[in-house]
Amino acid sequence: MTVFFHELRRNRLSLAVWAAAIAFMLGISVLIYPQMTAQMAEINEVFADMGSFTAAFGMDKVSFGEFGGYFSIECGNVLGLGGALFAAILGISALAREEREHTAEFLYTHPLTRTRIVGEKLAAVLAQIVLLNLAVAAVALLSMRVIGESAEAKPLLLLFLAYLLMQAELAAITFGVSAFLRSGGMGLGIGAAIMLYFLNIIANITEKAAFLKLITPFGYTDGADIMSSGRLEIKYLAVGLLLAATGVAAAFLKYGKKDI
Amino acid sequence: MEAIRTEALSKYYGKARGITDVSLTVEQGGFYGFIGPNGAGKSTTIRLLLGLISATGGRAEVLGMDISRERTRILEKTGYLPSEAAFYGGMRVRDIIALSARLRKKDCAAEARRLCERLELDDSRRVEELSLGNRKKVGIVCAMQHRPELYILDEPTSGLDPLMQQEFYALLRERNAEGATVFLSSHVLSEVARWCTHAAVIRDGRLLAADSVERLLHTGAKRVTLRGASAPAELEGVRDAREENGALTFLYGGKPAELLAALAALAPEDVTISDPDLEEVFMHYYAKGDA
Repeated sequence: MTVFFHELRRNRLSLAVWAAAIAFMLGISVLIYPQMTAQMAEINEVFADMGSFTAAFGMDKVSFGEFGGYFSIECGNVLGLGGALFAAILGISALAREEREHTAEFLYTHPLTRTRIVGEKLAAVLAQIVLLNLAVAAVALLSMRVIGESAEAKPLLLLFLAYLLMQAELAAITFGVSAFLRSGGMGLGIGAAIMLYFLNIIANITEKAAFLKLITPFGYTDGADIMSSGRLEIKYLAVGLLLAATGVAAAFLKYGKKDI
Repeated sequence: MEAIRTEALSKYYGKARGITDVSLTVEQGGFYGFIGPNGAGKSTTIRLLLGLISATGGRAEVLGMDISRERTRILEKTGYLPSEAAFYGGMRVRDIIALSARLRKKDCAAEARRLCERLELDDSRRVEELSLGNRKKVGIVCAMQHRPELYILDEPTSGLDPLMQQEFYALLRERNAEGATVFLSSHVLSEVARWCTHAAVIRDGRLLAADSVERLLHTGAKRVTLRGASAPAELEGVRDAREENGALTFLYGGKPAELLAALAALAPEDVTISDPDLEEVFMHYYAKGDA
């Protein structure tokens, strides 16, 4: 497990910064809710009446006036996008970073199989995603305590679970991509995360583009969908898991015999 | 069993040449120098032996194990020093050395301390603050602390000051005397001539010569230096004649008796006849094929 712990150690600062930033933003979003509700009557009408814009963020499906609805949309924007960026950057750099920083010669001339190194690196990526989500969820729950609001436990749990899965999927796909890269890839990772985020927004706006939800992991993590239906869309989730598995398989196959 | 044995080993990067048909044998317990100019294929050969890249043709065994099938076991018994050692940023020297030992699942703390002392390496420094020479030392400790059977060293002395080079070679000599095999690449010929018992020359990806350093040096040709005489005009086998500091010097590849007869006739003030140094021998190999 040397590689696994080495990876965690190496990334601890970056993990701490991302977790703190996302938790802080989400915490603030929760804490300002009481003030928002004061003016909520008007706001709710405004938000519910902006046509496509309303649909884009799912505000036609949940009420901004209820804490659960408010939280699911804020969570989607903060933890959804932030977590996706974190996961994509983590995944894309896990393997390629060794070559970019010229440490590959050091690591790969120690008596470890490639499979083992790739496996431990993947485990480290997933562990960091879990840690980030635990920290963010803890801060979010604490903030809810402070303002004395709460959402239904089940959809809330599903919401956090969905974000965890979405980040794991993105990380797995970018991890697979990074096995083919020699250097860089950071832009590719960030670009992919943002593009997938917008695909979901487009899918929300027009029925014709609803199939896009199949492609993007944001499809099954749409907070508004989860809050209003109380379940994860298995159809979208299955496609996501398949894509994740493909990414992981590609990483193992490619890296097993890659020239370093 | 040989420490290293390659048979027609080839590596092409797409169409670009890495090495072509390299057949090389390094006996166990040998002290082997691998010489060639930059880009000749030294590092490519080494990286193939370590399984960092895979061959496009031929085969190779290290310590009797096939490089494509038993990579991990080979690496267990090998210590490798890359030509440009890079380490994880933000770590201290001792953390890197300990990480390397952990990756080998070995406790080498005592040996690491001894090596750091002999190489005068301060293990509390951060790796990104290190000079090229000190980075090299960290690499040396990582390659030697687990006392491997085979040392594969890519340009080991670049960046080390002369005193440190001495200490480094002394260390290698000790390990070699204990039975370990040393295989090092270099473009510094005098270094190879001084320390290695065997050497191979590589140029443009092809092996030009491989033999004991003694035999490589003993090509039959002699370096003749004369003072106060002109070149022996009728003598056959004279090459590379030139003026140097008021003396005439040339390589002679003919019969010694004829040389002595010609020299007697010329009656020089002073004469020196010696084996050509390794540099000249390899310049001869390097220059081949340029014509």
